[in-house]
Amino acid sequence: MTSGAEVRNELPTKISVKDLKFFYGENLALKSINMPLYANKVTALIGPSGCGKSTLLRVLNRMYDLYPRQRAEGEVILDGTNILDPHQDLNLLRARVGMVFQKPTPFPMTIYDNIAFGIKLYEKLPKSELDGRVEAALRGAAIWDEVQDKLNASGLSLSGGQQQRLCIARTVAIHPEVILFDEPCSALDPISTAKVEELIDELKENYTIAIVTHNMQQAARVSEYACFMYLGELIEFATTSQLFTSPENTRTQNYITGRFG
Amino acid sequence: MTVYASRRRSNFLWIGLCYASAAFGLGWLIIILATLLWCGGGGLSLAVFTQMTPPPDQGGGLLNAIVGSLIMTALGVAIGTPLGMFAGTYMAEYGRHTKLTFVVRFINDILLSAPSIVVGLFIYQVVVTRMGHFSGLAGAAALAVIVVPVVVRTTEDMLLLVPGPLREAASALGLPRSTVIRKVAYRAARAGLITGVLLAVARVSGETAPLLFTALNNQFFSADLNAPMASLPAIIFQFAMSPYKAWQSLAWSGALIITFAVLTLSIVARVLGARGSST
Repeated sequence: MTSGAEVRNELPTKISVKDLKFFYGENLALKSINMPLYANKVTALIGPSGCGKSTLLRVLNRMYDLYPRQRAEGEVILDGTNILDPHQDLNLLRARVGMVFQKPTPFPMTIYDNIAFGIKLYEKLPKSELDGRVEAALRGAAIWDEVQDKLNASGLSLSGGQQQRLCIARTVAIHPEVILFDEPCSALDPISTAKVEELIDELKENYTIAIVTHNMQQAARVSEYACFMYLGELIEFATTSQLFTSPENTRTQNYITGRFG
Repeated sequence: MTVYASRRRSNFLWIGLCYASAAFGLGWLIIILATLLWCGGGGLSLAVFTQMTPPPDQGGGLLNAIVGSLIMTALGVAIGTPLGMFAGTYMAEYGRHTKLTFVVRFINDILLSAPSIVVGLFIYQVVVTRMGHFSGLAGAAALAVIVVPVVVRTTEDMLLLVPGPLREAASALGLPRSTVIRKVAYRAARAGLITGVLLAVARVSGETAPLLFTALNNQFFSADLNAPMASLPAIIFQFAMSPYKAWQSLAWSGALIITFAVLTLSIVARVLGARGSST
């Protein structure tokens, strides 16, 4: 991966994954992953189902810690600190590394409270300031125009695409540094998908982004860097244009051209 | 065509059997309700709700029994609900795969179907013999023991129905576990949790056996938790077995009141449950 080494030296790295192994019980799901997430770039993780890309994403905010018998070995360095350290405060970590899930998961409360809920946990703000933050978050997720007249309606009353943008707004509202997207568009129609993709493109100004996707056109559209994973191994990491036009590994090539997976 | 015809015939046959069984089951319920209305409705008057239980063959009401039932039921539910909610929350949220949860669930299921007279005897032994006398407090304690397993069960079941991704999403915002449970999981399961408590109320408000050994009964008005307390089920039991016409009529009225109170609670629980699942 000579070309990978070249780009590595040019850009500030937000997260760097070093020799990461992941276990579901006795099952080795990730085999020694090494890769960077560059600051203010979108990095796509692609590969066939079960290759470990979602697992890798869930290590980056230690989501796996919710479940017994799941553990990670190796290092994940976020701004110089190893977040796999057992002393790492998980709530602080997750406030810095936000996550948007495959299925929209609005909380069973009003649209306003869906956003304000997370903010109130970290900051005590007067009502007017909180209103401003909620509006900014909803604008940031390109959903303000659609919901500004019904902020007191249930978050569950929105359409799937709107719900997903509400979830993005909720994540953005607490000002994380990194946002992880786990197949954010797989439950959405093409129009909603286009809106979310546009949004990801705007978000990278302020955030470092990693996105897991099954849709290779989507990876090509939204990301600057991409890695191809297969059977728990990272096969290739490169700029998206290089990975899609002249992959070095034949397995990458086969997957991208649709020969397997 | 013959295959289709025979399939139609067997379809009619099975649907017919289903309707017949449903009608059979509902029929008894209607007969019970109609009998209650017929025999209890006649004696229902304002006096039933305003006067004390009378001596044999005199006019009177059920006020002391109604108040006693309300006090003991409210207290029993107030004691049993938090216990049950905490246990159910532990089982569904913190200890989902632990041995302790498995054991507690097993024991809880036994408790759920334990004869209520056993609960009465247990409280008699633990509370009444120590205090030296029957009391409303002992009655409430016995009802609480019956409330706990019902609430444990519904709390656990309802929290298990809350989708995992919702919890993950809340955790992904950096919410502490306790906040995730209180603000997100409870809220998502709210309708079911309320239904569980209402069902527990319905369950204990008709219990007689555990009260006979604990609160005993009282012909006079008493809101003193340290003294024997009247209750509708116990009064019904006493009056229905008596040879006096006036007492029997009051027993019918009491049965009518309990039955319709429970029916109303169950309907409210159903409506809340249905509304909860649609939003």
